[in-house]
Amino acid sequence: MKGIEIYAAIAYIILGPILGGLMDGLDRVITARLQGRIGPPLLQPFYDLRKLLTRRIAPVNRLQMPLIASHLVFAALTGVLFFYGSDILLIVFVLTLASVFLVLAAYSTGSPYSTIGAERELLLMTAYEPMVIIALVGLYGVAKSFNFYAILGSKMPAYLYLPGIYLGIVFVLEMKLRKSPFDISTSHHAHQELVMGLTADMGGPALALVELAHWYESVYLFALVLLFFSSSWIAAILGLVFTYLAIILLDNATARVKWELALSFAWIVALVAGAGNLIPFYLISRGTP
Amino acid sequence: MSSIERSPWLIHYDASSCNGCDIEVLACLTPVYDAERFGCIVTGDPKQADIFLVTGSVNHLNAPVLRNIYEQMPEPKAVVAIGACAYTGGVFSECYNVSGGVASTIPVDVYVPGCAAKPESILDGVVRAAMILKEKEKASRADRKAAARSSSRRGARRAARADRKKDAQ
Repeated sequence: MKGIEIYAAIAYIILGPILGGLMDGLDRVITARLQGRIGPPLLQPFYDLRKLLTRRIAPVNRLQMPLIASHLVFAALTGVLFFYGSDILLIVFVLTLASVFLVLAAYSTGSPYSTIGAERELLLMTAYEPMVIIALVGLYGVAKSFNFYAILGSKMPAYLYLPGIYLGIVFVLEMKLRKSPFDISTSHHAHQELVMGLTADMGGPALALVELAHWYESVYLFALVLLFFSSSWIAAILGLVFTYLAIILLDNATARVKWELALSFAWIVALVAGAGNLIPFYLISRGTP
Repeated sequence: MSSIERSPWLIHYDASSCNGCDIEVLACLTPVYDAERFGCIVTGDPKQADIFLVTGSVNHLNAPVLRNIYEQMPEPKAVVAIGACAYTGGVFSECYNVSGGVASTIPVDVYVPGCAAKPESILDGVVRAAMILKEKEKASRADRKAAARSSSRRGARRAARADRKKDAQ
């Protein structure tokens, strides 16, 4: 069993960005079609990445690039640990560490836009972190383990036991993938409010590394969603496709919220859907041996 | 195809335009014209942009801003001057405060005619600018290779030998 885990971790390092880039490309095509446009080619994210890597630009300061590189390393490490079968609790905090490096990189530039973007990213992290912990506790309740393979191998239909927590995780995904209505720290494509927010003053290779880290992150996050649909192959595929499409639809159908609303909304969802799901689940599962 | 030709990111600056051309620039992003199918993204950050779209005439107040945005963009870069005002100053060219078109401040690669310029011709200008960027990238890559060759010791020796041969001839 240990052998498979090492191969999965290595496969994630190599295939993670490819899968993440394809997901991003498909997202842009679907978004364009939803808006009645033709949209870019499927491989557009890879063209963008290649171009960004070849751009020559003087870095804003000497600190920015090491911080962004650390962001990429820890974002990739999150998934590596995840597929290696480490403790999910640890993994969640490694991803938080990766986000903190990105926030530090944004603060280091001194641009007012990236400073406000960094502040908003910190608020978003505060907003989604409780829901993530609740989700982990819920998954532990279902599978009695904090290990990816143990939860996957338990074959429990977690989406039936934890529908509220699944809903909460979709909200977390909206925030982590920087989708509307929670794309307040920075955003992709042509939507701009704070110039580029968190990624303002990051040009050329620096932005390329941020994009790469984002692809690693999104693959890891969808693997986390997979844990809710581990009962069968059909459930897994349907669950992942549904989640992916729901996130794109929400992105296109909603407007950006203010950070106060994002924070309170996320906490209300965590409290009502998350805790409201967890408490009855515990009461019921204590009754059954 | 080179990578820059497939993802030209744009930044748009309105240098005292009447907003006619600006509305047409924005129209390029709408479903009808859909600039994203060429890989274009309008970014607000000059450090992430490849092509600089400028509308309107340049005056003494906005010339430093124009220069600042241009200088922040990474090399190689292309400038597209959109509309009659960006060409010569247009109807405002005789005004006491107008210093002329965009070329009075920064070098321009492509001029898009019109008052206001049509979205089709703006898209054409962007695609032409992307082609110019590709050429610029090729030239700068050759320059860098030559510079690297002359800076290395072996390259310098080879260049000296070539010079001597030329002298002998």
